[in-house]
Amino acid sequence: MADVTYREALRLALDEELGRDQDVFLMGEEIGRFEGSYKVTAGLWQKYGANRVRETPISEEGFVGAGIGAAMMGLRPVIEIMTINFILVAMDQVINHAAKIRYMFGGKVGVPLVIRAPGGAGAQLTAQHSQSLEAWFAGCPGLKVVAPATPADAYGMLKTAIRDDDPVLFCENLVLYNLTGALPENGDGLVPLGRAAIAREGTDLTLVAHSYTVQRALRVADRLAQDGISVEVVDLRSLRPLDVDTVAESVRKTNRVLVAEEGWSTYGVGAELAARLQRVCFDDLDAPVERVGQAEVPMPYAKPLELAALPLESKIEAAARSLLAECGL
Amino acid sequence: MAKTAAGEATVLNDREHALDLFRQMALIRRFEERTEEQYTRARIGGYCHLAIGEEASSVGAIDALVDGDALYASYRDHGTALAVGSPAAAVMAELFGKESGVAHGRGGSMHLLDVERHFYGGWGIVGAHLPIATGTALAMTYRELPFAVLCQFGDGAVATGSFHEALNLAAVWDLPIVFQAINNQYGMGTSVQQSNAEPELWKRAASYRMHGEQVDGNDVLAVREAADRLLRQAREERRPALLETITYRYRGHSVADAGKVYRTAEEVRSWRERDPITRYGLLLGERGLATAADLDAIWQDVSAVVKDAIDKAVAAAAPGRDSLYEHLYGDPAHQEQFSRMQSGAPYGERGGEQTWPT
Repeated sequence: MADVTYREALRLALDEELGRDQDVFLMGEEIGRFEGSYKVTAGLWQKYGANRVRETPISEEGFVGAGIGAAMMGLRPVIEIMTINFILVAMDQVINHAAKIRYMFGGKVGVPLVIRAPGGAGAQLTAQHSQSLEAWFAGCPGLKVVAPATPADAYGMLKTAIRDDDPVLFCENLVLYNLTGALPENGDGLVPLGRAAIAREGTDLTLVAHSYTVQRALRVADRLAQDGISVEVVDLRSLRPLDVDTVAESVRKTNRVLVAEEGWSTYGVGAELAARLQRVCFDDLDAPVERVGQAEVPMPYAKPLELAALPLESKIEAAARSLLAECGL
Repeated sequence: MAKTAAGEATVLNDREHALDLFRQMALIRRFEERTEEQYTRARIGGYCHLAIGEEASSVGAIDALVDGDALYASYRDHGTALAVGSPAAAVMAELFGKESGVAHGRGGSMHLLDVERHFYGGWGIVGAHLPIATGTALAMTYRELPFAVLCQFGDGAVATGSFHEALNLAAVWDLPIVFQAINNQYGMGTSVQQSNAEPELWKRAASYRMHGEQVDGNDVLAVREAADRLLRQAREERRPALLETITYRYRGHSVADAGKVYRTAEEVRSWRERDPITRYGLLLGERGLATAADLDAIWQDVSAVVKDAIDKAVAAAAPGRDSLYEHLYGDPAHQEQFSRMQSGAPYGERGGEQTWPT
């Protein structure tokens, strides 16, 4: 099969799941005639009709809630939130409801719901449209949170998420939509939740990332390889469940770890991994766990300021070199 | 009042049905009174919101449901559970936090449910269950089921954004749902007039080109007639509606609120004179459907049911601490999915730690 974009991989997964299971339907703003704000759902409204590709008003709290209520009846809604920034107006539905319902009602009812939402930054979209908030959700029991970095994982994890009986926040990334890659030739292509992947093998430093930052990490690894530094890139793929074991196994090999993420580092994915690794890799670490994230400001508009705030390859590379220097490398 | 007359005829022509409505309201009243007592004895924890005085609004509307219709309610939900027929013992056990409770002791007073009877919960965030109930109505349309949703909430919910979003979605999508505002005059201690630019709550329906209607919420037959008519319209014509039932809560917002600082004793007394159960009992007497002795027998019967529920709740087992993580996720793969997350987790989450006293 020819390479596909991340966007096409998502569309293919949605198309196949809509075709496979009548209980699956899509809901969101502009996902029908408009084809999706980022064109992920293009053609599906024409193919499946307005009942299965349901266009909504600008009512995130309303239609996320409606997705929950439909999921409680056994349907499998896949909701598109135009960007993850807008999920904040539906936060009560996600955190107080979707995440709580099964437990609070003693297991009597579940919520097989997927919420797709792209995060990411870099196109001067400014403070209210440039956030990567996945870590906030990953801290909430009752939710599952995934953030695939490749077309194959986007395809396989979206299908797995739709078939999952629990609420899944499926974090996409604006910059990833045009990334191309191969889909698996054989098998169903399903990718399990809670399993990280080794995106590149190496021996000197473990560089942990998720979503678009994995692509940055791979480029950083290329650059460092030119100086003879061997970087292992771990793609978390899933934030809750978090595959700590794969990261720890890598750190036991490299003895050094840097966590990069597109969101703010404070209370972030790197913070969580640092806390866990200091316990399970206490004797393996040759240096403290290092973190790189977005600068801790609201994203500014002016291009030089935006570049200064982003966790660009140059910032990740500098952090990696600094960490290695601490170890005399 | 022709509408009320039609509703009366439906119920009052069937003595068993007529007495059953009385029994349901009496059961709720007695259950709530004994719940208050058990709460003050510290056998029930958390919040405890009683619906004494509101029985007709709840029972009248729920009686109009058919098997297959779905029901949503606010956190003031003890009476809701009893009205759908959940066993009083299982409801009381939930308030006591016991494994035999309707939510296995995970939900408590505010989160009762009975999926078998299509009661999808008491909900704790004011207004937030309206969109969820709307989604259940969407599921009925999606599956082409001939049923409707009854979504009950207090007057406080009308001021929330989710009220607007839910009613708008229900209207633009032609969903089979009846929104019932149980107007008991106060959201906690804030009056309807203080909270709403348009205190005639039923008029909000016009914003959505939806049918709106107000009935005496202390008249169980009037509530039943309106709910029955609007639910039929929802089932048959896929038209949502907003029904406001005017009632009053005698107790405070919760057992912790004496309900005295924001209203007068005279106001409470005036509503007690319109008590829904007393009124309905008098009507049954006037129509020759029940004697004072018949009603007394019902009171004795429901008192025994509630006493039995309390006895069983006292005797029931609390959930074991080893069940703490049960019901968090439901997918068959969830244990496998989370199997690589224990490493380095906080104390108590890694597996194999010692237990500690609670």
